[in-house]
Amino acid sequence: MAEEPMSPAPLPEGTASDTTGSRGSRLLGVLALVGLAVLGVLAFVLTDPDVRIHPSTGAEFGQFDAVRMLYVHVPLAVMTYLAYGLCAVASLGVLIRRTPWWDVTAHAAAEVGTVFCGLVLVTGSIWGRPVWNTWWEWGDVRLMTTLVLFLMFAGYLALRRTTGDPRAVSRRAAVVALVAVLDLPLVNRSVEWWENRTLHQQSTLGDLKIEDLTLFTLMLGFLVLGMVLAWLLLHRFRVGWLERAALDHSVAAAIVERRGETPDDELRRAVGDPSPGESS
Amino acid sequence: MVELRAAVALLGRFPALSGVDLTIHAGETVLLRGPNGAGKTTLLHLCAGLLRPESGEVRVLDHDLTEVVGRRSVRRRVALLGHATGLYDDLTVGENLRFWARAAGLSAADADRRTDEARSRLEVPDRLLDQPVHTLSAGQRRRTSLASLVVRRPELWLLDEPHAGLDQAGRDLVDALIGDAVAAGGTVVVSSHELDRVAALSPRTVTLAGGAVVDASATDDGGIR
Amino acid sequence: MSTLRTVLRDARLVAGRDLRIEARSRVVVDQVLPFAVLVLVLFGFALDADHSTLRTFAPGLFWVTVLLSALLAIQRSASLDSADGTGTSLRMSGLSPVARYLGRTTAVFVQLLVLEALLVGGLVVLYGVSVEEWFLLVVAGVAAGVAVAAAGTLYGALASGLRARETLLPILVLPVLAPVLIGATRAFDDALGVAAVDGWAWTGLLAVAALVLTVVGASAHGALVED
Repeated sequence: MAEEPMSPAPLPEGTASDTTGSRGSRLLGVLALVGLAVLGVLAFVLTDPDVRIHPSTGAEFGQFDAVRMLYVHVPLAVMTYLAYGLCAVASLGVLIRRTPWWDVTAHAAAEVGTVFCGLVLVTGSIWGRPVWNTWWEWGDVRLMTTLVLFLMFAGYLALRRTTGDPRAVSRRAAVVALVAVLDLPLVNRSVEWWENRTLHQQSTLGDLKIEDLTLFTLMLGFLVLGMVLAWLLLHRFRVGWLERAALDHSVAAAIVERRGETPDDELRRAVGDPSPGESS
Repeated sequence: MVELRAAVALLGRFPALSGVDLTIHAGETVLLRGPNGAGKTTLLHLCAGLLRPESGEVRVLDHDLTEVVGRRSVRRRVALLGHATGLYDDLTVGENLRFWARAAGLSAADADRRTDEARSRLEVPDRLLDQPVHTLSAGQRRRTSLASLVVRRPELWLLDEPHAGLDQAGRDLVDALIGDAVAAGGTVVVSSHELDRVAALSPRTVTLAGGAVVDASATDDGGIR
Repeated sequence: MSTLRTVLRDARLVAGRDLRIEARSRVVVDQVLPFAVLVLVLFGFALDADHSTLRTFAPGLFWVTVLLSALLAIQRSASLDSADGTGTSLRMSGLSPVARYLGRTTAVFVQLLVLEALLVGGLVVLYGVSVEEWFLLVVAGVAAGVAVAAAGTLYGALASGLRARETLLPILVLPVLAPVLIGATRAFDDALGVAAVDGWAWTGLLAVAALVLTVVGASAHGALVED
């Protein structure tokens, strides 16, 4: 993914000449790393597992340690929606405004969003395993909707990687992103109705008491993962921007080369005698 | 009628046109020449409103082709004959002609009338009407394509190697068609290697090489690069 | 500016063209329909089942078969204008992208209806299914058919003109059609007496999906075929 920056690329101030980092982004990165460490300690050590006492039998029940996934899974999900939301808005920009900025943003947001989406699925699966006793639960509405969302954007990324006219690809990708986002409510509603039919009961977010340290850790999770999202987006955007600049640069060079393409004898031939065969 | 200034057009990333300066006035006949890969076909597609110019000015029939609106508007007034037939292989000659005439916005009655006129002008016989296009010879297909274009009564004709693959009779018909178009006040741009044939129509010659105009014979200014 | 009447007239023209080409070339009839029946048969082999099991799964197997066959029909439809320069001629003709989209979607829809009708017959004969509510079956089939045709035509146009379009189309269009698969299967569960669900509520969802996909498709089609 990394590219050498080319001179026409307008990088932000303070950017080193061989990375996409800048003073600002490095600070953000450090903060995010520290935050992740703190979050890790809080989530996996300092907070309590979800242990509840059954009122009549006195037995312990609840999600126990599995609930710790809450602090990563939920923020990851929120960040996924933010990223994909940004992709949708940027895709609209691609279709309406057609400037490269929207296009690079859409691609970056989709890629980072898909990474987060994959992590949502993985953490959701890990969280659910002790509770459901399986790695995958077809009856979980959110997980199913997220899976379809993931598949839709996997298609988006596959489309982005096809070779061909870059402008055509970026327009088509924008359509894919927009239709995916517009289709999502339909997906959600249909999975919801489908899930309700199977009368599936399981512990959800609503059962948990979220207060004090739990609440604080969750909020911290949002903040930290938000920073991670921003950092990843920033860098992915810059890489995309540099790729774009390199492309423009090579096109400009190709134009100049094409103009100078006709050496004298070919010129004489062009003006004097025609070349036989099919045309250009 | 057609005005290009420093027009650059890309095919993917390849700069097929690297900066074309060209002016064509209404009613002119222009012969486009040049070696293979010079950009002749791309130039015709650009003038037809099928390509977005990367940079430069492109005006055809008073439409600004750097705008989407301009490109959409110009297409209906222009006829482009390319290498492909532009016909549906599985449909008959009659069905193709009828479809393309109605697609151009003609009513059923007008479509039939103009189609009959075009067919007789291009000598596409009645017996071919019910034949699927894929059973026709190359010459018959070319004439059917031309007939479908004649029906539209375009103001600007863009012909990419119209004589290629035709027999003597077919070539004569194409010449006659070009003559008709010119007589009717239309503007014709022909890209061809058949210089002698087209010479009979006293065209202005424009030579392309390396995606730019290298020579435009002096009946009018064309901007020599 | 095209008026509504012009758009509808042009759409009818385009639909007629596509259907006439199919009538002439018979690709869907000769190749896609047998493929659909084949898939039903393959499911029968793979599930190694008796009639009662097949009956239970019939709605799901039906709609998966329809979706897979629809992919072929959509590819075929999209390919009609990628040969012989007809795509270029269409752009030159001045037909509005909306009319082209609606016409093509209608033609694909008609072909899908024929496919569905044949497959219902297949279900009855091969899987021993009996239809309890014909009206629900037909309405749900129509709604789902529109939705699949609408999404398929859009993505067919999207994938055409790109490399690897045959492999791109399925991964792009199938996730978007997940709600249609879920809804149509549940509606058929009701209509075939397989499960106690509210088939009409699901059909309502299918109708909404059909509407949304058609509107979105018609709007987005222009961005794909124009430059």
